[in-house]
Amino acid sequence: MADNTNGRDLPEPQFDQFVSKATSRRQFIKGVIASGAAVSASGYLFTLAGCSPNPKSAGGIERLLTLNVNGQMRPVDVLPNETLAMTLRYKLGLTGTKLGCDRGECGACTVTIDGVASYSCSTLTHSVRGRKITTIEGLEGANGELHKVQQAMIDELGPQCGFCTPGQIMSAVALLDANPHPTRDEVRHALSGNLCRCGAYDHYLNAVMRAAGNGERVSQA
Amino acid sequence: MSRDMMSAFELYQPDSVQGAVDLLAKFGKDGWALAGGNDSFDWFKDRIKRPKYVVDLGGIASLKGVREMPDGGVEIGALTTLTDIERNSVIQGKYKLLADAARRVASPQIRNSGTIGGNVSQDARCWYYRYGVNCYRAGGNTCFADTPQGQNREHCLFGASRCVAVSPSDTAPALVALDATMVVLGPKGQKEVKADDFFIGPNIDIQRMTVLEKGEVLTAIRLPAEWAGARFYFEKVADRNTWDFPLVNIAAAIKVSGAAGSEKIDAIRIAAGAVQCVPRRLTVVEGVVTGQPKTEDTAKLAGQSAVRGATPLNFNHFKIPLLQNLVTRAIRDA
Repeated sequence: MADNTNGRDLPEPQFDQFVSKATSRRQFIKGVIASGAAVSASGYLFTLAGCSPNPKSAGGIERLLTLNVNGQMRPVDVLPNETLAMTLRYKLGLTGTKLGCDRGECGACTVTIDGVASYSCSTLTHSVRGRKITTIEGLEGANGELHKVQQAMIDELGPQCGFCTPGQIMSAVALLDANPHPTRDEVRHALSGNLCRCGAYDHYLNAVMRAAGNGERVSQA
Repeated sequence: MSRDMMSAFELYQPDSVQGAVDLLAKFGKDGWALAGGNDSFDWFKDRIKRPKYVVDLGGIASLKGVREMPDGGVEIGALTTLTDIERNSVIQGKYKLLADAARRVASPQIRNSGTIGGNVSQDARCWYYRYGVNCYRAGGNTCFADTPQGQNREHCLFGASRCVAVSPSDTAPALVALDATMVVLGPKGQKEVKADDFFIGPNIDIQRMTVLEKGEVLTAIRLPAEWAGARFYFEKVADRNTWDFPLVNIAAAIKVSGAAGSEKIDAIRIAAGAVQCVPRRLTVVEGVVTGQPKTEDTAKLAGQSAVRGATPLNFNHFKIPLLQNLVTRAIRDA
């Protein structure tokens, strides 16, 4: 794995959290295959003509990497042209992150990267190596209790069809981490990068204002 | 055909600008410099641009951040995100025009990953061109937007030359108004280009929007002390307040003297976006208002002078009163 940082000044890959330092490259690859095997959807996605890398070419970044997702170190084999949304959904099985437009125009794929709301469809997975990714699945507490924003969404009947809700919640969590007591306008601004085709915007605003009203830090992150 | 998965490419993540320039020089026309990716990924997913080698500039620390310069100006790394610029205290204090423009780009998430360098270097947004047709800009010999049926509501009022696309950037007019200097590193070394000259129209090169040539990297943007703390005005009109590119935007930096109520305009730089292939510096307006009292009459005259010579297309006549009103407001309210 010596060349996987490709000269970047990044911390040593933290593989030792799940394999001993003596683990060989072969064992690491086996681990990647085993962890990806449960996600069968990756088959059709990555066999489209022209989308798989030329097996003969050797340049560029190391494909095997470890992602810090929802507090877990997840080993994964990632193509150079793979977006974070693809990796999360089809390699790691985290299908709470939705793909709406796949063009950065709807917000359904919003996750937080180092606490900052980001479109995972418009982020290369290789560009988030060593950074802390949180998806909707990572919000629950230690005992499985819902995050305050999630609970408030239920209490305020926030979602209608629910497809955009994970993205809306991730944008709201990023906001409340930085600004625990926002005004309604600030919430509106923070959620403006998330479309809702049902038009439940006011319900979402109600829910976020409710979540923010507790007077405590909202995210456990 | 799927339009979701990008074509295969090899990814390089250098940690220095020189490393990036060396890689891009090696790859030549097969290379692609990637900043935030918000523009690039559209091209890749639509399979219209298929670079073999992508050089990700995101890991180059020296390209990020806002540095105050000894002369009182600032230097902004080209990979600084629009959110960082919007929230930077120095930019907010001295160059609020740029913070205001950055805040109006696209959506919060796009501003979180989108960079100032990418925003000013982004390609034309004409939907015919983006769809992948063989138009002039794509190397063909037709403009699909400038035909009797062509949908050209978003297109230009000025400077058409075969192509009628506009500069889609919100920060570009602000940088022109602030008299910024762009620092470019390429195989032949470093050069500095004024923002006025950085953006180029189809009459100079129909396949580029800026002076950047393949293999060159915009590394920094310098704002001179001269316009720090001036009066500023930025306004963007778009179909939606989020995501949409401007129909017209206006950026002005104005220096005034005299007591409130009887102010005189001593100096001004003003530029409009989305009316021409480059951010249009409104030199006629500058000439009309310099030395004049900052009054409603001056502002009205400025607005009228701004649209002189406009040649609208079939569906964009509305941009003429829009530009006129924005200029009037800028002079009146700055």
